[in-house]
Amino acid sequence: MTRTVAIDLTVNGERITASVPSRLNLVDFLRNDLGLTGSHVGCEHGVCGACTLTVDGVAVRGCLMLAAQANGCTVTTVEGLSDQGLSTALQAAFTKRNALQCGFCTPGMLASALAYVNAGGTDDRDAIRAHISGNYCRCTGYQAVVEAICDTIKEART
Amino acid sequence: MFSVMGGTMKAPDFDYLRPATLDAAIALLASSDGDAMPLAGGQSLMPMMNFRVASPSALIDLADLAELRGISRDGSSIRIGAMTRYAELAASAEVMAALPLFGMALPHIAHDAIRNRGTLGGTIALGDPAAEMPALALALGAKIELAGPDGTRVIDADEFYLGYYETARAPDELIVAIHYPVALSDHRFGFHELTQRHGDYALAGAVVARTAQGHRVAFFGVADRPLRLPALEQALNTNPDVQSALHHLSAIAFTGDVKASAATRQRLAAVALTRALQGMTQ
Amino acid sequence: MTGPTHIFDKPNRYIGQSAPRADAARLLQGRGRYVDDVSLPRMVHASFVRSPHAHARITAIDTTAAKSCPGVVAIYTGADLAQHVTPYVGVLTHLAGLRSAPQHPLALDVARWQGEPVVMVIATSRALAEDACEHVMVDYDPLPATLDAETALSADAPLIHPEFGSNLAWERVVNAGNIDAAFATPGVKIVEREFRFGRHTGVTLESRGTVCDFDPSEEYLTVYYSGQAPHMMQVIFSKHLGLPEENIRVISNDVGGSFGIKIHTYGDEIATAAAAKLLRRPVKFIADRFESFVTDIHARDHVVRARMGVTEAGTIVGIDFDDLTGIGPFSMYPRTSAIECNQVLNLTGAPYVLENYRARGRVVFQNKTLMCQYRAVGHPIAMAICDGLLEDAARLIGMDPVDLRLRNLMADDSYPRASASGMKLDDLSHQAALRKLTQIMDYDTLRADQAEARKRGVYRGIGFVSMVEVTNPSPMFYGIGGAPIASQDGATVRLDAGGALHVSSSITEQGQGTNAILAQIAAGVFGVDLNRVKVTTGDTATTPYGGGTWASRGAGIGGEAMLQAAQALKDQVLEVAAVMLQTTPDKLDIQNGNVTDPDGTKRMTLADLARTVYYRGNELPSDLKPELIATRHYRVTDFPFVFTNGAMAAQVEVDIETGFVKVLHFWAVEDCGRVINPMLVDEQIRGGVVQGIGGALYEECHYSPEGQMLNATMADYMVPMAAEMPDITVAHIETPTKTSVLGAKGAGEAGTGGAPAAILNAVNDALAPLGASLWQMPMTPERVLTALDAAAG
Repeated sequence: MTRTVAIDLTVNGERITASVPSRLNLVDFLRNDLGLTGSHVGCEHGVCGACTLTVDGVAVRGCLMLAAQANGCTVTTVEGLSDQGLSTALQAAFTKRNALQCGFCTPGMLASALAYVNAGGTDDRDAIRAHISGNYCRCTGYQAVVEAICDTIKEART
Repeated sequence: MFSVMGGTMKAPDFDYLRPATLDAAIALLASSDGDAMPLAGGQSLMPMMNFRVASPSALIDLADLAELRGISRDGSSIRIGAMTRYAELAASAEVMAALPLFGMALPHIAHDAIRNRGTLGGTIALGDPAAEMPALALALGAKIELAGPDGTRVIDADEFYLGYYETARAPDELIVAIHYPVALSDHRFGFHELTQRHGDYALAGAVVARTAQGHRVAFFGVADRPLRLPALEQALNTNPDVQSALHHLSAIAFTGDVKASAATRQRLAAVALTRALQGMTQ
Repeated sequence: MTGPTHIFDKPNRYIGQSAPRADAARLLQGRGRYVDDVSLPRMVHASFVRSPHAHARITAIDTTAAKSCPGVVAIYTGADLAQHVTPYVGVLTHLAGLRSAPQHPLALDVARWQGEPVVMVIATSRALAEDACEHVMVDYDPLPATLDAETALSADAPLIHPEFGSNLAWERVVNAGNIDAAFATPGVKIVEREFRFGRHTGVTLESRGTVCDFDPSEEYLTVYYSGQAPHMMQVIFSKHLGLPEENIRVISNDVGGSFGIKIHTYGDEIATAAAAKLLRRPVKFIADRFESFVTDIHARDHVVRARMGVTEAGTIVGIDFDDLTGIGPFSMYPRTSAIECNQVLNLTGAPYVLENYRARGRVVFQNKTLMCQYRAVGHPIAMAICDGLLEDAARLIGMDPVDLRLRNLMADDSYPRASASGMKLDDLSHQAALRKLTQIMDYDTLRADQAEARKRGVYRGIGFVSMVEVTNPSPMFYGIGGAPIASQDGATVRLDAGGALHVSSSITEQGQGTNAILAQIAAGVFGVDLNRVKVTTGDTATTPYGGGTWASRGAGIGGEAMLQAAQALKDQVLEVAAVMLQTTPDKLDIQNGNVTDPDGTKRMTLADLARTVYYRGNELPSDLKPELIATRHYRVTDFPFVFTNGAMAAQVEVDIETGFVKVLHFWAVEDCGRVINPMLVDEQIRGGVVQGIGGALYEECHYSPEGQMLNATMADYMVPMAAEMPDITVAHIETPTKTSVLGAKGAGEAGTGGAPAAILNAVNDALAPLGASLWQMPMTPERVLTALDAAAG
């Protein structure tokens, strides 16, 4: 039989208690149990970055963390970032620069970009490129994403 | 690398256990007859489970073990708890000051989101031949502190890596901490890693520590395990011209795979070593 | 410029403006609706047992143990589904001689590639389905496999379809002029190279997937499908599941990348639909990343032996080449796997005046994943052959590669004309594009930098490509050959009571900005604010009938249909307005959501007009029967295809100790006709270039000698990531196509088609002082080092 674990965590500001299969990873829990489908599943082995989300204030791969490990944690998904206004400037810059096409990488890219901006990252293009190099985008060629992050940092400075 | 038999991207079922103490964790491991696996950061174990190449009966999450946390300096040695995450290493002024090689290597380890979860103990225990930290442990002459049912023991990093993902850690042992000698003012360090893409596992990498005792040189990404070449180190001690030492590389049984043949890896290892030496700290 | 210019010059014109996409905010807030986001009541999940062998006879299947696993709902074998799904064959009549064998959704007696689905397990969760897959026992009797395309035609090669007597799927020869005589002409110098193009794949970040929902009460199948051609899939599901077309609804909401991957008939998806029908409940199948690598169509995998003849004065006298490509064990249904080779034969040398041209293409079966149409079908091969040889020839005769191109490119004022292979060409601007390229890249300065760098032992190279891209295909592409693939598209524009437009189109959105440009066209042509246009695409039940988005056809064909529909609705509205305002339509216009005088003076709002029509028709003359909706369809009639052109350049640096290639910068000048949204087009070009760089430097599906794909993970198969990619400068020349009023050609594939040749040329330019050259993609460190070793002797 499927083995389960009881968890108690905060997701996008809401307290969640659930009994989950031990093997269930965090992103599947968020998507399938909580209906937070904004976090995407691209490879399920930690490489593509589509499932990048925020746990206890830092970016993590949602496919490389068990839901059970998130017990007691504070999780913020793209829906939470948006609803709480935590990523408004980046989202506006992504729109203005068309830093997304199909949108599948976008929630993970946004989480990575936000971590960079919040950590005081500079507008150095190479540094931005290095930082987002764990987020695969097949559509944009990355340049617009770099521009959007640059814009956000420059505007915050002025 | 993996034979496709069916849909294989959801982990098989297991028990998730989260002991509160080191003793409890070891007892759980010991009672599982080797079927249970410790879960540190999970950044390598989770993919292996999703691929169903690892199927432990239980995962023993080490997250709550206070004994595996903390960074402390004791004279000429710095002790880093096994559950210290890469991001914590990078944020530690003490680590950066005591171990300049960490500052050189950490940016090459995968990406931010992985470094936020991955742990030093996890990567040391896994022994991925292409990973950076095991090679750093060799180059620095680190000591690995293990706890098991019969108590603790300390083993030299030189004795730890036995083969392809094979280490001296017994299945019922846990890495508690890694002890590194603190860099002295006359120590010099070099690090160079060759990857086609930022954050990838190395095609070849070299780590150099030079102290009054001479060179310690470790390679990663080149063979079935991270390794040192004493003869090459000796050659560098007697003649600083790296070209005269490179022939010792042929003692390595280089890996050949789809990314590079064994011959290419040997060549890249030579470049990595040369550039590591060129880029030594001043 | 053609067409009534007022469409493009008036207020709210939008066409030509870099308006942000309306749907960006939704995707940025995690409100996308991708197929895996669909969750339906009673939905169950499919997982597949797949062949671990490249070629094996299936001798026994035992599902007993798997059936008793927790959560298992049903298990189907190939034989089970063969009773419910008719087989399909990937041939088209206009590709004379192309042959392929019947394919079933699950392998029957023989598995022919590693990853071919063999048994389908349905369970209450994907994890439980995977658990049960481990308990399905399949006995295989491995057969000798044919893997290497180059040996597939040898007499002792194992036959994949013994009934054919060989592994040849298709062969075509093109012969124009007299190549042998041209090459034998005194003074003509010959360059000859063997090109190898690695097998790679699309790696859409959202993997393939479908949720199939069958309602037995109405015999109605709803398919949520991550794909590019809903109407094509409707026909395919209908034909092979035995349901009337009208009983099938295919819905493509947000699609997480496609690039040609999601436009084919995949057995696992057909099986999912069949299972939904049999189980009378929704079934979801989402390919995992392993499954993507071994079942998504692969592409390229060509070996080409090619020669070019050139005079000392720099006249190219002809090209002669032989292309061999391996396509896996079947030709993909319904588009076939001969198209890429056909494109190579059609497109090689198409930018240049060539009197003599000879090409042979052979397409062979092999026991690897099926190969089919991926972004820029055939283009990277065709462009690399010609422009690779051209720069090789330039080195041979000591001429600058830009000069050699300018001597041989078709003149911008020489159209319409035909290429050596017989392609009809018009409205192209090769000369202007190349000149503009050399200006924006500051070519002379780059050459000076290159010379200076070489003094420091740094090997930089500059490489070019002049290229064409096939867009806007007519019925001559697929329909003529019997494929259920529409070459026309439709658009409907409806004025609602509130004065907003609701538009729908049969082209689809996969991130290009299809919906955005449709709105721009409708708003601009009709005369409302952009934010008052709502767009529906990707649903066979609610959109006009059409082909979807592929072959860079969306803007050119779907966009023109939208323009025509918006114009038609405008005419209808002005007719009503003229009655209401007691004037004539020619004295009225629509601007900013109002009916106006021609000078823009407001006469009435569109909402007033629409509300009168919809709510108070009693105020209108009884013989006035207003239609506030218009539909128009459009297809290309004058040409088999429309062509775009472009010129691109790469600057690279080769580390001669490691063989690593770093792309320092990339420039692209593209002429895609009228640019509807420059920002979206630029990002299409950039994304395409990066995919092209992927094929040139990183991406390759590696196989073991037994036919196992060795790098079927994201860690092992290298796609381009941000840190290594260059900034890409994009510029445009706009030569609208005369085939439409809109004048738009496609833009989606140019980057992928051209970049590999530019990178190849840049690498070889960097290696030239060392006497080395490399003609194999991807240009990996090892291959660069091997080339250097060969030169060093």
